[in-house]
Amino acid sequence: MATITRRQVGDALAQQGILIAFAVFMVAFTLANPRFLEVDNVFSVVRSSAILGIMALGVTFVVISGNLDLSVGSMMSFSTIVVLDLHDQIGPLLAIPAMFAMTLCLGALIGFLVGYLRLNSLIVTLGMLSAIHGLTLTYSGGQNMDIADKEGTWFGVFGQGFALGIPVPILIFVALAALLGLVLARTPFGRKVYAVGGNSAAATFSGIRRGRTVFVCYLLSAACVATAGLIQASRSLGSQNTVGQGLELEVLAAVILGGASLMGGSGTIFKTVIGVLILGFIQNGLLLIGLPFYVQFVVTWIIIILAVWLDIAAKRGRLWSPIA
Amino acid sequence: MTSVKPVLRLDGIVKTFPGVRALDGVSFSVMPGEVHALMGENGAGKSTLMKVLGGVHQPDSGAIHIGEEVVAIADPLEAKAKGIVFIHQELSLAEELSVAENIYLGELPRKSFGRVDWGKLAAETDAILKRLNVRFDANDRVGDLSIANQQMVEIARALTVEAKAVIFDEPTASLTDAEKVVLFDVIADLKAIGVGIIYISHRMEEIFRITDRISILRDGRYQGTVATAETTEEDVTRMMIGRNLDLSRNASHHEMGEVALEVRGLSCGDLFRDVSFEVRRGEVVGFYGLVGAGRTEIAETLFGLRVPSAGQIFLDGEEVRIQSPADAIAHGVSLVPEDRKGQGLVLGMNCRDNMTLPQVDEMKTGPFVAEGAEIAIFDEYRERLDIRTPSWRQKAGNLSGGNQQKIVIGKWLSMNPRVLIVDEPTRGIDVGSKSEIHKLLRALAAQGYAVMVISSEMPEVLHVSDRIVAMYSGRIIRSFSSEEVTEDSLIQAISGLGGDQAA
Repeated sequence: MATITRRQVGDALAQQGILIAFAVFMVAFTLANPRFLEVDNVFSVVRSSAILGIMALGVTFVVISGNLDLSVGSMMSFSTIVVLDLHDQIGPLLAIPAMFAMTLCLGALIGFLVGYLRLNSLIVTLGMLSAIHGLTLTYSGGQNMDIADKEGTWFGVFGQGFALGIPVPILIFVALAALLGLVLARTPFGRKVYAVGGNSAAATFSGIRRGRTVFVCYLLSAACVATAGLIQASRSLGSQNTVGQGLELEVLAAVILGGASLMGGSGTIFKTVIGVLILGFIQNGLLLIGLPFYVQFVVTWIIIILAVWLDIAAKRGRLWSPIA
Repeated sequence: MTSVKPVLRLDGIVKTFPGVRALDGVSFSVMPGEVHALMGENGAGKSTLMKVLGGVHQPDSGAIHIGEEVVAIADPLEAKAKGIVFIHQELSLAEELSVAENIYLGELPRKSFGRVDWGKLAAETDAILKRLNVRFDANDRVGDLSIANQQMVEIARALTVEAKAVIFDEPTASLTDAEKVVLFDVIADLKAIGVGIIYISHRMEEIFRITDRISILRDGRYQGTVATAETTEEDVTRMMIGRNLDLSRNASHHEMGEVALEVRGLSCGDLFRDVSFEVRRGEVVGFYGLVGAGRTEIAETLFGLRVPSAGQIFLDGEEVRIQSPADAIAHGVSLVPEDRKGQGLVLGMNCRDNMTLPQVDEMKTGPFVAEGAEIAIFDEYRERLDIRTPSWRQKAGNLSGGNQQKIVIGKWLSMNPRVLIVDEPTRGIDVGSKSEIHKLLRALAAQGYAVMVISSEMPEVLHVSDRIVAMYSGRIIRSFSSEEVTEDSLIQAISGLGGDQAA
């Protein structure tokens, strides 16, 4: 017991691999460009991670319940376009709740299909990715959306405002993370999400309504997407109708990086926040050392695969195994 | 035997997990041509030991000898390469492939350009199947075979490598008596060609029928090896549990209360038809019959997992409609399911959360789960049911079968149910925990619970029941009181009245 075996080192590597890799990245980036760890830059990373982070909070619930949500990117484009359009038509005060209601309807549809009809979540949300994209284009007539009077509206407060010297998107992210963290870790609903994802049959045999639990997870995810869309729209007061494209994979990457298992039943909001920050810092670091932004796409994927590998390795208890 | 070298020898194997010393210096050896039983209660360390042999776990200390050689087994492939073959309780076959393809999976004979040599494959498979004396074909789809025959395919697979030791883990768990005879013949054949066999089972009768020696583990410690011919069931049991078992038939006579559950003319498609019975408070009603007689399906219907096609259910005299498990729980009907790991527990969740899962909505302070109250419930039932776990934080998957079952039972008791249905209360649970669970079921009846027990083991049914309902092919054939029941009448009833159409 007293001596540390090679096996234990391997286990530690497998379990803490992401944090170790993250630390290595951080040190390397700081050496390459000392600006990396300056307060301004850290703030800017967190701020630009907020939209992704808020979406990741909702997807964390979906993933822990044992499902996937690949529709969040195109759903975010939808929310952004809708709220911008309605802003000029019915005013921001009505546009925001109207946009939330419409986005929640989409979440409810997915939740119904996956939760109550028990369709495969990968198929459903992959289909919805495409369907919602079409819906957005139909709604906008293929046009980008801009607020007519950008000077005369208070709508920019969610994306551009500051409170107590902190950017509002960061405040929203932190507040939602705290709220949803409590919901997941401390409420009966959170407990049921873990149970359904951990063993759906055993949850059913304990009287938990699986369909309803999964349905609510997708509603939560849609609410987070709507919030992210609101911030996105408010930040630029105008938007392309593909603004969220590809975000679904980054969101999933962040959730998995945090250590939630794609099999369901494990993960926490705190870990997801860590995953979001890791992703944000690495992407920022790549830019600071002078790589073009599109390198991110490749690196993000390498990170996802690394994360999935380490997740499985931790379960198997070794990095490589000839059997599943 | 003295000059013969063992095929497999374990020497002082130690394996610890956080907080548990799972194996503490286990040593024994298996001779060529010997059937060596490995016995012990659940949690005694048998599974861990097999995982060490199979390369799934690495021992902290101790040595494994195969023949003359000390070996390290890094992973399951290496175990197979070294001639250690496992026949698992849960089979690992590709159902869509043929028997021949399964047997030679990964090692199909080849012709030029990597094409499969089907002729050679069929010929080699036929030779092996002939050796096993089975009644299926190399080309049959494995998914179409019975469980027993699928097991034969696994054994056939073992014969393709030069097996030095074959380990059978509860091989008869899902076999009929006739199939068991075939299995034992095959084991005799393996023995004849000098293979060493480790045979893990809880069933004494089999152990005494086919094994040469018995090694016993208790709490991870090796208790000794005895020659089967020179020992008795009682001695072995004593070595396994360190105490005598109470094997008497149920003779308790306490006051019965009101009828808690009444079922009238309940049917569910072809699964069961026109079933009527009642369960009183303070009574254990045992449901006995063959697999497929419809007992589990009745339980599932009462628990809202199936929709009845006809009939009525009354709880405390009031008719109820139960359409989901949530309904059932709200009405005070609870079910301890047959498949403990698949349906009873969320294995990755801690013991406390598992126990309070059905009532988590009711246990709140403000919007949050009242964790203090949960821990109090867990502690109460840990004490009442004697659940052995270091802490409520332990994952349910880390507990032994008996302790897992107690968690599931505690889960329902803590909700004070009107009717407790227990399906196969001791499946896969060791002898010692078994009698504990039996005592527990009797104690629950004495405390006034209405208990319905479904079991495929006659001694269990006789031991715990006040009344026994015998089922055959979806119908209730007869109901016996515990005084009038005899083994013969019970067997007659579950094989369909006259016994002429016995399955």
